[in-house]
Order: sequence, then structure tokens, then C-alpha cells
Amino acid sequence: MSSIAATPESGSFARTDAALDQVGILRWHLYLSFISLAIGGLVGALQALERLGYNLYSEAGLDNYYRGLTVHGVTLAIAFTFTFGNTFLSLTTRRALDRPLQSTGLLALSMLLSLAGIVLASYAILSGTADVLFTFYAPLQAGPLFYIGAVCLVISTWVTLVNQLITLAAWRKDNPGERIPLLAFASITTYLMWFIASLGIAVEVLAFLLPGSLGLLDKVDPQFTRILFWFSGHAIVYFWLLPAYVSWYLIFPKQLGGKLYSDGLVRFVFVLFLIFSIPTGLHHQYTDPGIPIQWKTIHLFMTFIIFFPSLITAFTLMSAIETAGRAKGGKGLFGWIRVLPWHDPVISGQLLAMLVFMLGGATGLINASYTLNKVVHNTAYIPGHFHLTVGTAVALTVMAVSYWLVPYLTGRALFAPGMAKIQPWLYAIGVLIFSFGQIQGGLRWMPRRTAIDDAPYLLDSWHIWNVLTGIGGLVMTVSGVLFFIVIAGTIFAGAPAERGEVPMAETVIGPKQSAAIFDRLSFWVVVAVVLVLFAYGPVIIQYLPWNGVTPFTDPI
Amino acid sequence: MQIERLEKVFLAIGVAFLTFALIAIAASVFMSNIHLPRPEARVNPRELASTEPFNNPGFHELEPGKWEAAITAFRFGFGGFPSVEVDGQRVSQIEVPAGTEITFHATSLDVIHGIMIEGTDINTMVIPGEVSKFRFTFNEPGTYLVICHEYCGTQHHVMYARIVVTEAGAVAA
Repeated sequence: MSSIAATPESGSFARTDAALDQVGILRWHLYLSFISLAIGGLVGALQALERLGYNLYSEAGLDNYYRGLTVHGVTLAIAFTFTFGNTFLSLTTRRALDRPLQSTGLLALSMLLSLAGIVLASYAILSGTADVLFTFYAPLQAGPLFYIGAVCLVISTWVTLVNQLITLAAWRKDNPGERIPLLAFASITTYLMWFIASLGIAVEVLAFLLPGSLGLLDKVDPQFTRILFWFSGHAIVYFWLLPAYVSWYLIFPKQLGGKLYSDGLVRFVFVLFLIFSIPTGLHHQYTDPGIPIQWKTIHLFMTFIIFFPSLITAFTLMSAIETAGRAKGGKGLFGWIRVLPWHDPVISGQLLAMLVFMLGGATGLINASYTLNKVVHNTAYIPGHFHLTVGTAVALTVMAVSYWLVPYLTGRALFAPGMAKIQPWLYAIGVLIFSFGQIQGGLRWMPRRTAIDDAPYLLDSWHIWNVLTGIGGLVMTVSGVLFFIVIAGTIFAGAPAERGEVPMAETVIGPKQSAAIFDRLSFWVVVAVVLVLFAYGPVIIQYLPWNGVTPFTDPI
Repeated sequence: MQIERLEKVFLAIGVAFLTFALIAIAASVFMSNIHLPRPEARVNPRELASTEPFNNPGFHELEPGKWEAAITAFRFGFGGFPSVEVDGQRVSQIEVPAGTEITFHATSLDVIHGIMIEGTDINTMVIPGEVSKFRFTFNEPGTYLVICHEYCGTQHHVMYARIVVTEAGAVAA
């Protein structure tokens, strides 16, 4: 399979001991990502079974559905995504800048913080002190270890950013006046965006939830802490998504044998994400009573703006894929689709992820559509939506990327390539069935985040939708098992193979023609901060001086 | 920055679509009269017994066809709904004749809850310290589930109530 075949090393920095040490650390950070995915996925299987009427929570050592759901949300939406981003976008940064990351110590620190975060949060949840779900809304209260674990995971991303920035600074000194290589530009702007975004939950946890958990704070204003959460909570989805975009834009075209058309357009897209990801968060709070209508409306417009870079992405990627397909000899209206290497799971996984993402994006636009939100808010429609986005656009891309990344990081050939070949197809089929069931149930007022099988109000008319959800979830689980067989097999029993290079796409129209202002990252950070102050300042100010309203509550 | 003509066409279509969507949303607000929850009042959850309208909890008929309800959400039920025995079970349930307009005021005694009413456009968060106001005219007879849709603790799934809308002119059971 072409994308896994070794390309001889070009004698670049990657052969040095320092660089190989870093590969070791990156490999372990990626393993943390896989472990998180495995645990989260297994709980997903339990949830699927619950939909089908089989409650195996006690057998699994989980007291109740909500504890399981907390594990599922935290391992997947925080641990899996953060550790993958830390690994992948560190690797892409050093590849693009053609030098090792400036600090191997910080690379190791980031990995250790992730490990600490996962251990602490898991312990807190499994010992019954954190049945609060991934959103941990106050005044529901978890034990301190839960919050400390979450803080460790967030700080692991800050440490990754620092390492990216000092590496960039060193590169700039050695390459004065050069445009930032596109792959590094995208990787670093992603982390800059997330740093600013993470300040919401950082303040929420460090100023309110952790002190409350330690007994230092009696009361909290739940409407206010919810605003802080969703300040980060919408932008976090772009932190999940942008590493997939980095692969789709800047690695995948190379693996397909094609080129990206315009360097400048990719810079433009990532700058748009940097500045517009955060000032959109109130669209998760359309039905909150405490937020004025004018601010909900402003965030509606901001949200529609942030949809725009994904439209650009759709066109840019489709044109790169079509160009590659026609270069392979595909003729006619659809011939270029047929000749694409669908047999290669690195390619098929990402193509399927892109296709499913179209449904994810469309359902996301529906959620964001103000009055339409009243139809779907807190119904099963919402998980139907996000399993298409983070659950597929991101997770399936991560799996596809792993099929070249694990061989690269381990120096071993892929194990059981036949299994790898069918895995993405099974996943896509599974998630489509799953999400269809959830969406249809949600449109009929079935709530989300609920142990629905135990609900006294469970409607017979919801049954078929729960069955589809359960079946889809189980198909996804089987796909996940195949994935882990391939990955574990590669790590432990893969035949030694030459490492090759991290693929990096070229552009037809290069960096010289793209506007130089894009590279002035500090300017764009200032723009991002100004937009955040505009979109959130007046909303937050109305809650000052801060006034605790209600005491914390144990979820049990 | 050179962009192909095709891309410009695609993006123009994209922008046109987003603009159309925004216009449709505006129409839903101004022509179909669908509204999002907005700030109504701030309250102290500890002092609801002396705060309007929660000092007078439950459903009250103001005039025929026009009711108001003061609901306090708590772990795990909706205070203000009468507790009724149905098939040997106690259920929170209110009965109103078809054509009744109910104006609800809701708040929470403890944690963040939510209210979603089957068959209506009612979908709101219920947050301690805040009052949620919403209104609906129940024209169609039937049973409407009132579901808490925000996780509020490990018994979240038992938190519900019912609004039973009887045929206009029918005698209440």
C-alpha cells in the first residue's frame, strides 16, 4: 500500500539521536491516545448494549450509566483528542520546520502531564467521585482529583504550544524573512487558537470548581460557570477537528499523489479558525434563560461565519482529490472517484471521514440555527450529530492516519493489512446507522445523556430508533476491535521496516504568492482576543461583582 | 492570492446559502413568532418561598383557557405538578382542556435541569438563580411528556411529568 511503503530518509535532521529520542516520546504519547480511545470505545459498547436492553454496567465495574458516560466523554472528548493533537501536531511542526522540536524536556513533560491527567481523572471517576459527565456543570460537584486530572490534560496542550513556539522562534532566527512552512503554520495556529479558548474552562475550574471541591468555596453561580464552560466548549470542537484538517490538507494530498492548489488559501482558513472559533460559544446556550437575546443573535452570526472556512475546505479538498484522480487516469464525470486508492485504508478512512463529515457539518449548522435549536437541544439528535463530526471526521481520520503513523513511529510494517482495509468501511457503516437512530429518536423528543432504558417515560415509538443506535454502536465497536488488533499487532509483532518520512503536500501556488500578513501570528492573536472581548466581554461583565447563588451538590 | 474561478463560484453559492438560512431564521422569529428563552428574573434559590411567582407554586386558572404555572425543578421531579395516581403509580400530572394556553415560570431548587415538552416547541434550561418563562397553547388533545433533558444526577432518568389535554368540554377524571 503506497502510503505505508518506505521512502528512503533524505538525510534530514530525523536521523540524529535527539530526533529519535523525540520519536520515542511521541510514540508513548500516541499510545496514551490509543489507550484512551480503547477505554472510551469499550464503554461505548456498553452504551450500545443498554439501548438494546442489556445493562452490563455492574459487570463492567461501573455503578451506573452516568458513570460510564462520564468515562466515555472524558476519555474520548478530552484524553483521546488532546493526546493525539499533542503528538501529531508536534510531529508535523518538526517535520515542516525540518528540525527537532526545541525542547525534548517539554515534549516529555507534555506526555507526562497527559499520563497524570488520564490516571487522576480515571481514578476519580471509577472511585465514584465524579459522576458529572464530560461537561461537569456546576453545581454538580466532583472530587478534586477529577478537576486536577482535567487541568493536567489542558496544561499538556499548553506545554505543546510552548514547544511549538520556541521551535518556530529558533527556526525564524535561522531562516530570516522566510514564510512559515505551511504544515507548521497550520499546526501552530491550531494550538494558539486552543490556548485562548482553554482560558474559559481554566478560569471555571481553577477559580470556582476546584476551590469548591476543596471546600474553599461554598456557593457558585451555575449560569455564569456554564458561560465559562461554553467559552471553551465550542472552540474545543475545532481543537478536535483541526488536526484532522491538517492531515486532510497537508498530508493526505501527498499520499494521494496530488497537490493542494493554493498555499494562501490554507493560511486564510487557519487564520479564520484562529480568530472566529471562540466568539461563537453562546450557540450552545440558546435555551439558557440568563443570556440576553442580542448576544445569542450576535453569536448566531459569528457561528455562521465560522462555517465558512469549512466550506472552503470542502472545495479545496475536493479539487485536490479530483486533480489526483484525473492524474491517475480517471475520466468522465465520476471516473476520478473510481480510480482513487480505496483499497488503502489510509486513503479510504480519510475519504469516508470527509464524506460523513458533510452530514456532521449540516447537522451542526442546524443546531446552530437559533430557533431550530429548540427542536434539537438536549435531545438524542445532538449525539447523533457529534458522532458524525468528532466521532468520525476526527476519530476515523485518526485511525486512518495511525495506519502510517504507527509504522513511522515504530519502524515496523503494518500488521494484518487485510483487517485494516475493511475497518474504515465498517466504522462508517456503523456510525451512519448509529447516528440515524439517534437523530430520528431525538426528533421525537427522546432526550440525550439519559439512561433511557430505565426511564419510566420510555415511549414504545422510540424503540426502533434505540435498536438502530445499539446496532450501529456495536458495528462501530467491532470496527474498533479490528483497529486495535492491527495497531497492537504492528507495535508488538510488526515486521521491521524502514521508517520513511512524514508525507508533506506541495501546493501549486506556493507561499510566495500568499499574503505575508498571514504569517504575523501575534497580530492574529490580538485580533482573536479583541473578537473574544467583543463577543463575551459584555456578557461576562453583567455577572460581576461575582455572586454565588447556590451550593454545590453531589451528583449521586 | 490567486483563486480559481470555480472556487469563487462555489464560495458564492455557499455564502448565498448561509444568507438564505439566516433569512429563514429571521422569518421563524418575526413571522412564526418562535422565540428563544431570554432573561426574565434573577432569584435566590433559598428564598423561593417568598419570591413571586414561586410563593404560589403549581397550576392556576386565571380565566377559562388561560392558565399560569409556577414550576420548581428539583432532583428528581417538577414541583408544582399535582401528584396523581395512575395505574397504581404516582405520577406528576396536570389535566387541562384542549385550547388552554399555559404560561410557565420555572426555576431550579438545586442543580441545572431542563424542560422539554413533547409535541410543543418548549425547550429550555432551568437554572438555579434564573427564571425561565415559556408559553404554549395546547390545542390538540393527548398526553404530553414533560421531560428533564439536562443531566442532574444519577436518577435523572426518572425526572418527568405529564400534561394531559382532554377534549374540550370533557369532564375531568
